[in-house]
Amino acid sequence: MSTEQTYFDEMLGFDETARSPYANYDAWFQAEDVKRLRRKATEAEASFRKTGITFNVYGESEAAERLIPFDIVPRIISGREWDRLSKGIEQRVRALNAFLYDIYHNQEIIKAGRIPAELIANNDAFLPEMIGVTPPGGVYTHIVGTDIVSTGENDFFVLEDNARTPSGVSYMLENRETMLQMFPELFSQIKVREVAGYPRSLRRSLAATRPPAANSSDAAVIAVLTPGMYNSAFYEHAFLADQMGAELVEGHDLRVVDGRIAMRTTQGYKAIDVLYRRVDDEYLDRLTFNPQSALGVAGIMDVYRAGGITIANAPGSGIADDKAVYSYMPEIVEFYTGEAALLKNVPTWRCSDPQALQYVLDNLASLVVKEVHGSGGYGMLVGPTASKREISTFATKLKARPGNYIAQPTLSLSTVPIFTRAGLAPRHVDLRPYVLVSPDKVTITPSGLTRVALKKGSLVVNSSQGGGTKDTWVLED
Amino acid sequence: MLGRTASGLFWMSRYLERSENTARLIDAGFHLALTRPSEAAPDEWASVLSTSGADEAYKAKYDGYEGLNVVDFLLRDTTNPGSVLSMMHMARENARQVRTALTREAFEATNEAWMTLRDLLAKPVKERDLPSALNMIRQQSALVRGAIHGTMLRNDVYNFLRIGTFLERADNTARILDVKYYVLLPSVAYVGAALDNVQWEKILRAVSAHRAYRWLNGEGVTARGISEFLILDRQFPRSLAFSVAKVTENLNHLARDYGDRPESLVHAESMSAMFDRQTITAITEIGLHGFLREFIRDHYGLAGTIASDYRFHE
Repeated sequence: MSTEQTYFDEMLGFDETARSPYANYDAWFQAEDVKRLRRKATEAEASFRKTGITFNVYGESEAAERLIPFDIVPRIISGREWDRLSKGIEQRVRALNAFLYDIYHNQEIIKAGRIPAELIANNDAFLPEMIGVTPPGGVYTHIVGTDIVSTGENDFFVLEDNARTPSGVSYMLENRETMLQMFPELFSQIKVREVAGYPRSLRRSLAATRPPAANSSDAAVIAVLTPGMYNSAFYEHAFLADQMGAELVEGHDLRVVDGRIAMRTTQGYKAIDVLYRRVDDEYLDRLTFNPQSALGVAGIMDVYRAGGITIANAPGSGIADDKAVYSYMPEIVEFYTGEAALLKNVPTWRCSDPQALQYVLDNLASLVVKEVHGSGGYGMLVGPTASKREISTFATKLKARPGNYIAQPTLSLSTVPIFTRAGLAPRHVDLRPYVLVSPDKVTITPSGLTRVALKKGSLVVNSSQGGGTKDTWVLED
Repeated sequence: MLGRTASGLFWMSRYLERSENTARLIDAGFHLALTRPSEAAPDEWASVLSTSGADEAYKAKYDGYEGLNVVDFLLRDTTNPGSVLSMMHMARENARQVRTALTREAFEATNEAWMTLRDLLAKPVKERDLPSALNMIRQQSALVRGAIHGTMLRNDVYNFLRIGTFLERADNTARILDVKYYVLLPSVAYVGAALDNVQWEKILRAVSAHRAYRWLNGEGVTARGISEFLILDRQFPRSLAFSVAKVTENLNHLARDYGDRPESLVHAESMSAMFDRQTITAITEIGLHGFLREFIRDHYGLAGTIASDYRFHE
């Protein structure tokens, strides 16, 4: 960008004095020896390697196990800010579940004319196999990761609702563990809300949605379904299974036995009640979806529809994080909760609308354009940092399939300092809090995954695109 | 526990044990090559390769048994699935696969062992650095073993790890003896005949038994004594009898926990019973080579029965 823009820095605000949530941290930091901090940063990396918190990058050899860079400066949110934010998230997540139930049943929202029928009918993420199916406990999205960005004091926007299989929660937990190891003194001076209860809450929340076929006198049998150890998020799958005391299974460990999904144990086949799957819908059942898939279990959809197993998140939930659906979230929230949405959406142009398309084409250089079903920062255009050539190539793609894209203004994302060789330097961040939905309540862990764009000026925080992470503190206040 | 997890634990410990055994074998070969006339060295290296089961693969790559080539092939050649580096990689891959069954300490020790050895073996090891490199390999194995021993519950996870360790160990000891049986053979029949002391030193060294043997037998080194020690001794943790007894013990723990009595346990118990009755005189009569061949085959069958009893595969 040619002109120097000012961003809201969460530590320093718009001037150079620490905002109140950072006051104690700032005082501690000022008194610290920079050399010691540098040593700590190196130690943190060694500790992540030892634990094996690595991820594999698609298309690179398996030797290329990478670490997501970790920054030692925490992102700090006051208790008051958090409480307001979490109310908004809870409202939104409840609305998403009501929306999913509705579109797979009576489609009242379409009948009421609040969203167009094509939004659902023509959507790849809508699974006709789920029509009329009510998941156990009525829960569709057991686990949600709501991506939040901020542009100023109490100015939060929802960027995305990740309702399929949001990842990253192991980083939230490991980042905190690492900070506790490295800077115990900080945690005795500053009271930070706990995150360690997450795996227990996850287990409880999943167990609360056990299927009708489960034997209710025993503890629920929970398993995490992973595509396998070469998946980029394998560490997280193993971590969550371990922390919950659940089995970590792969498709070839499972088969249908007496109307249940059962895993092959050393003592024979054992039925699973709740399957926390980290495999996409498409690969879940080769009899129903992709016939090539070896990652899922043949026949699981029939077992599921007959109440033999709970699948978390429910198949077909992905439609809730479709970016075209996203643009209707304010209407969706209002329709199901009867209240105005507490959290703002980023203004979104749906390129399927000819007028919007024209506007987007005219303003590509200042907009962010995303694929409707895209994720991970792939296939998007960040106008302000793109070259003329990139913009014109993108315009061609956009004109060919306008319905495949939405566009948003480039937000002035807030920054949080990172620790660099030259001292503290502001970098753009986002936040993914983790939300658990059970039939009777919504639980939001007071923290989340803060992703940070390590490159100066960059707005792309995805780990696949050079982003790092920070520990996220919510203060006890 | 998943059958696949049991399999992963079993193989993780087999690979760990095998990589340590290979390091010990290299150490024995290296020691011998330094202390023998140089014309005898190629034969020794050939026997080291054949014990490790890598003779064919080696010959496809190199002409002649040059010490440093053999060492490189056994230590760090990733095209050799039996090299220390390949096996540590496999051990670590299996550990990743089953990490939910391991304590954090046990996983991290394995992961660190892999990272340390990967760095150590990134470049060819120079002759002068070989003793310390081999030492490092043994040390890393000891750390992993210590972490497992000190932190794991004594449940099925632990039993599968132990079963893998002792199956591998017995197999290794049997192979060392079998490759060298011709050295022992002529003299086994002659009670008390003294043996070429460099040869016996190597055999004992390859199973880290040279000191243990002397402790127990003083200076009376005979082929018969060594054979008896490595096959039948109840105290030496690398003897066939000891390893088979351990496998039987761990299968028994599993059977008690699971409340059944699978075929593999019956099999292991009959092998144990055979060792209880066995004497070195009887083995000499059967013929050492024949006895070892039969043992290796029977033992291989036991591993297969364990895999099917505990549903390692579909």
